Amino acid sequence: MSAVNLSNIVKRFGAVTAVHRMSMEIPDGSFVTLLGPSGCGKTTTLRMIAGLLDPSEGDITIRGKRVNDVPIHKRNLGLVFQNYALFPHKTVAENVAFGLKYRDVSRADMDKKVKSALDLVQLPQVGSRYPRELSGGQQQRIALARAIVIEPDVLLLDEPLSALDANLREDMRVELKRIQHQIGVTTVFVTHDQSEALAMSDRLVVMSNGRVEQVGTPEDVYNTPASEFVARFLGTSNILDARCTGLDQTTARLAVAGIGDVEVPREKTPHLDGEGAAKFVLRAEKLIVVAGDAPTDERVSLEGVVEAVDYQGQAARYFLRSGDVRFQAINMIDERPFGEGQTVSLRFRPRDCAALPEKTR
Amino acid sequence: MGWQLVRGWTLLVYLFMFLPVAVVVLLSFNASQFGNFPMTGFSFRWFVELAGNDAILRAFRTSVILGALTAVISTTLGVLASLALVRYNVAGRNLISTFLIAPILVPEVVLAVALLLFLNALSINKSFLLLLMGHVIFTLPFVILVVQARLVGIRRDYEEAAISLGANPVQAFFQITLPLLAPAVFAGMLFAFTISFDDITGTLFWKPGGVETVPTQIFAMLRNSISPEINALGTVMILLTVGLPLLGMAVARRMAMQRGK
Repeated sequence: MSAVNLSNIVKRFGAVTAVHRMSMEIPDGSFVTLLGPSGCGKTTTLRMIAGLLDPSEGDITIRGKRVNDVPIHKRNLGLVFQNYALFPHKTVAENVAFGLKYRDVSRADMDKKVKSALDLVQLPQVGSRYPRELSGGQQQRIALARAIVIEPDVLLLDEPLSALDANLREDMRVELKRIQHQIGVTTVFVTHDQSEALAMSDRLVVMSNGRVEQVGTPEDVYNTPASEFVARFLGTSNILDARCTGLDQTTARLAVAGIGDVEVPREKTPHLDGEGAAKFVLRAEKLIVVAGDAPTDERVSLEGVVEAVDYQGQAARYFLRSGDVRFQAINMIDERPFGEGQTVSLRFRPRDCAALPEKTR
Repeated sequence: MGWQLVRGWTLLVYLFMFLPVAVVVLLSFNASQFGNFPMTGFSFRWFVELAGNDAILRAFRTSVILGALTAVISTTLGVLASLALVRYNVAGRNLISTFLIAPILVPEVVLAVALLLFLNALSINKSFLLLLMGHVIFTLPFVILVVQARLVGIRRDYEEAAISLGANPVQAFFQITLPLLAPAVFAGMLFAFTISFDDITGTLFWKPGGVETVPTQIFAMLRNSISPEINALGTVMILLTVGLPLLGMAVARRMAMQRGK
């Protein structure tokens, strides 16, 4: 049974449509991420599930029960905010116990539950402190403890990590995933950070301009983007104009501008449905830069010149030109990076590429 | 040299502002029959007489009751109005806000006469209730300004978190919003009380016959003679109207510190 089901949800603010007709099923116990740039409708969608906003059209069901008219305080959801929103005038233990006060929980049980929630987030000894006495990361853990102690049907996380600094964010990412696994609560996570989304989710929902661009596992979405937007939003890609000149069970033949004919395996082009204009997608890390005089191999090879180098420590990002086509490549550095102006050879395997129809939707 | 002049001038300004107040306080301890210099000795005589003056005690009681009721009603209305204006998308929000603040901008005499004429037109007689209404009208803006400013600073996340955890909106208000708002509520209440306690213009217009507040009582007494009792009364009033807000601010600051904001 799906934990949350959105069917034909639309949200309008006056003349502006924030979320276009959208349907989505969130399986029980899964970790689903709504990913997209700001203003794409992801937070609006989350707030509709939470009951903080009413959908203009469509139905929301939680565990098979339609909740459109159920006020938020009766929905039994755990909500975690970007700014923690811990009650500053209550101690940590009072914060965590807050939701239990409105449920049928005895005094003794309450203490036990609060204690085990604090244990779960690995902050067992801070119960008597006030939120302001904790660091940002600790506050966010308490906010999480407060949301899960009520054993919610769905846990909703609204950019919970974006107020933390980079190192802490990565620790919390692992921590959050561990906790979610341990209690198995269905989780909807909203973020604009692609690495968070890729690392944490069972399923990704990529959104743009109030529409769902693609739904799939992180690998699916990363390797076979369904639209140019997804290809550009996740990672760095070279996206070239192409024509599909032949399509059969196993391969798609593409004539790519600046490269020539490339045969891409059919499973990398699931969204291509016929011959005609298309887009050829080559991930920056799949385009390998080698010395100009390197022997040829089974890979496709292009002559090119390094126009600029962006040194990143273990890797380098190259801005390259081949003929009149510009490419970007992100490669691990072997010994030393190639220099500006150097003539190089660009190599890639067709099976590492993907192709999209020219126009999606 | 220039700075010396500025310092001297500043001192003179302060003297001009506070010397009269100091004189009143000083003379209230004068043993002499007459409320002026030279002082003939130190005595609490006028305070004792003040405590025995029925008219003043009655006026004092009226003022305290009026001030307290004004504070409670004004604060309740002010908090509700601020909530509506800040938290809900009320149609004509700006217009309503302007109208609620307007009594500060209208000269008090005009307001006083207007309310009187209005009630006259409805043929309602002057009464204590009318007096109270008047005081509420012109203390309300102060409460709203203070409470609104604080409410804007309280993020909605707190209330949303509370209701997501199962509190209904009313419980969320009393559990979360009100405690966070408390310093402003308290400050607004004190404002309302002291403004009401101090007021004379509106009160002179609105008070029913026979009812006197402290300011109107002093005013009436001054018409006959300047008794040293008035100095003593002045001292008590200064203590109250300066001391209460100071005390209030101290309490509010402590509360705010405890709430961690």
